Amino acid sequence: MYAQMIRSTGSKVKTPEEMDPQERAFQERIDAGGKIEPRDWMPEGYRRTLIRQIGQHAHSEIVGQLPEGNWITRAPTLERKAILLAKVQDEAGHGLYLYCAAETLGVSRDELTRDLLSGKMKYSSIFNYPTLTWADMGAVGWLVDGAAIMNQVPLQRTSYGPYARAMVRICKEESFHQRQGFDIMMKMANGTKEQRAMAQDALDRFWYPSLMMFGPSDENSVHSAQNMAWKIKMNTNDELRQKFVDQTVPQAEFLGLTVPDADLKWNEERGHYDFSEPDWDEFFEVLAGNGPCSADRMEARNKAWDDGAWVREGLLAHAEKKKSRAVAAE
Amino acid sequence: MQNEWPLWEVFIRGQHGLSHRHVGSLHAADAEGAIKNARDVYTRRNEGVSIWVVEARQIAASSPGDKGPFYEPANDKVYRHPGFFDIPDDAGAM
Amino acid sequence: MSDPLFEFLCRMGDNTLVLGHRVSEWCGVAPVLEEDIALANTALDLIGQTTLWLNLAGEVEGAGRDADALAFRRDVREFRNLLLVEQPNGDFGRTIMRQFLFDAWHRACLSALCESTHDGIAAIAEKSLKEVTYHLERASDTVIGLGDGTDESHARMQTALDRLWPFVGEMFTGDDVDKAMTSAGIAPDPASLRPAFDEKVTDVLTNATLTPPESDFAHRGGKTGKRHSEHLGHLLTQMQWLQRAYPDATW
Repeated sequence: MYAQMIRSTGSKVKTPEEMDPQERAFQERIDAGGKIEPRDWMPEGYRRTLIRQIGQHAHSEIVGQLPEGNWITRAPTLERKAILLAKVQDEAGHGLYLYCAAETLGVSRDELTRDLLSGKMKYSSIFNYPTLTWADMGAVGWLVDGAAIMNQVPLQRTSYGPYARAMVRICKEESFHQRQGFDIMMKMANGTKEQRAMAQDALDRFWYPSLMMFGPSDENSVHSAQNMAWKIKMNTNDELRQKFVDQTVPQAEFLGLTVPDADLKWNEERGHYDFSEPDWDEFFEVLAGNGPCSADRMEARNKAWDDGAWVREGLLAHAEKKKSRAVAAE
Repeated sequence: MQNEWPLWEVFIRGQHGLSHRHVGSLHAADAEGAIKNARDVYTRRNEGVSIWVVEARQIAASSPGDKGPFYEPANDKVYRHPGFFDIPDDAGAM
Repeated sequence: MSDPLFEFLCRMGDNTLVLGHRVSEWCGVAPVLEEDIALANTALDLIGQTTLWLNLAGEVEGAGRDADALAFRRDVREFRNLLLVEQPNGDFGRTIMRQFLFDAWHRACLSALCESTHDGIAAIAEKSLKEVTYHLERASDTVIGLGDGTDESHARMQTALDRLWPFVGEMFTGDDVDKAMTSAGIAPDPASLRPAFDEKVTDVLTNATLTPPESDFAHRGGKTGKRHSEHLGHLLTQMQWLQRAYPDATW
């Protein structure tokens, strides 16, 4: 997911009896489906966990611009170029909405950015994989956005108001992203021999990294249990991963492509597909900054930030000059 | 960091004659910049005809509202909308 | 000379194509998120305008080429964009200065084209003018803000202006194509656009505390296609690569 392995607080979820009255009222409000707003009282752990989660989600959108941005200047038609540019632009917008949501919790965008650039905060593992052919633009839209949507749709009901509202806006805008990806995949899968080969290759490379997006099984995780009690996490990782596989396998069949999993098969009894787990060692390596493109991504973000410093400072200095001129004229 | 641009709240009036509505926030060096940024960030899908911005720290608040933003389709960027892509029914939900 | 109308339409479309491509190179790496999004809007507008201009050019030519065929299958010698727009992005200041200088010309040009005797051209101009009016406003504010910002931002903007000024003159230099367009009432004489341009540019640069170079020396060869800079070939190499590598494919 765009937010992976979010640590929560405490060693276990408190029972109502263990909570003080303020905390109990807070939890009851969440249990009743109420929203928590910026000025409401909230446990410090709730606030800090949300900053980590929303911040990581925002960082993922921003770093996520890079693998697709990699193909904007090589898009094969004017229409494809416009669509891809609009999509990557939307990701910048989504990052912006999410940073703003995090800012309501008392952290600034610049602070979050510094933590991303120093490597203290993470972003989704998926964006550390390279995009090598035009079919990858299809696969990223179809699989990566498809996986993201699985998580983002339920998050529209998350307990924190500003986060829920950002997710509503994001989900509305995202709805075209997955479809544009599948549209590219259809063209490629039904195209020339080379195009079909690119489509299959893209699925081969993005299948397991997409499954990793949901994070390792968290059925026994205290963090996960606490985050679900707070409704800042709505489903377990396994639930979402299964849903993703069940939805995606028929789509791959429709495209005439083969999911790279010899053990993939429909389980009549469960009513779900059985599938192979991704390589979790690889996942932890990638999350730790050892993904195929991790160094490149961080370098690109750091360069953009450093190169832009004089612009941010210049416009601010001008705004201050204008203000003092206006005061002087009064 | 001291030199972070201030945060602005953005209010947009749509084409249906409703009042300005809070749609989100952004950063800008000054009010003029905030209006232009709001135009670029929050009206990409033709959502509005009038923009108000106010620096976030100038707002006195009781409790924030709870309603999600409202969208209007853009006229000439149809590809932003899922209906632009003709996905066969056999492909399943998307 | 090939059909002057076709030439003229390629000039309009190639300007927006090449500049749209350049601006799109910023996607994901702009100085601040709000600017990233704004630059993408500008690029999207320019790509949209390209489709309109080059489709019309293809129609006029009548050889079965559409906008994509013209954008992705012509070589450097056949491109008719101004030298200004093919200049590399440089730092953000140079990108914005290039945008501002182009927008100031573009707006004057489109305003005149709204009165074109050619209905198709007038219609494209009218649609584009709304977009470009905003581009110019935004670029003007940014040029002023950075010119009259910190010492560093001022110095960078002055450097950008000095570097790009020799590409200004080409926008106002006419040739036989322009003469044919002017006499048919299709397009304005390029020289006639200069006063509006000068007025806007002087106003903005004054507020930005920037000084244009004394010399009005102008590089030429972009809009005629006779001598582009070396940069255009690299841009096309990237932009056209998929279409060239897989000529039988549809995308």
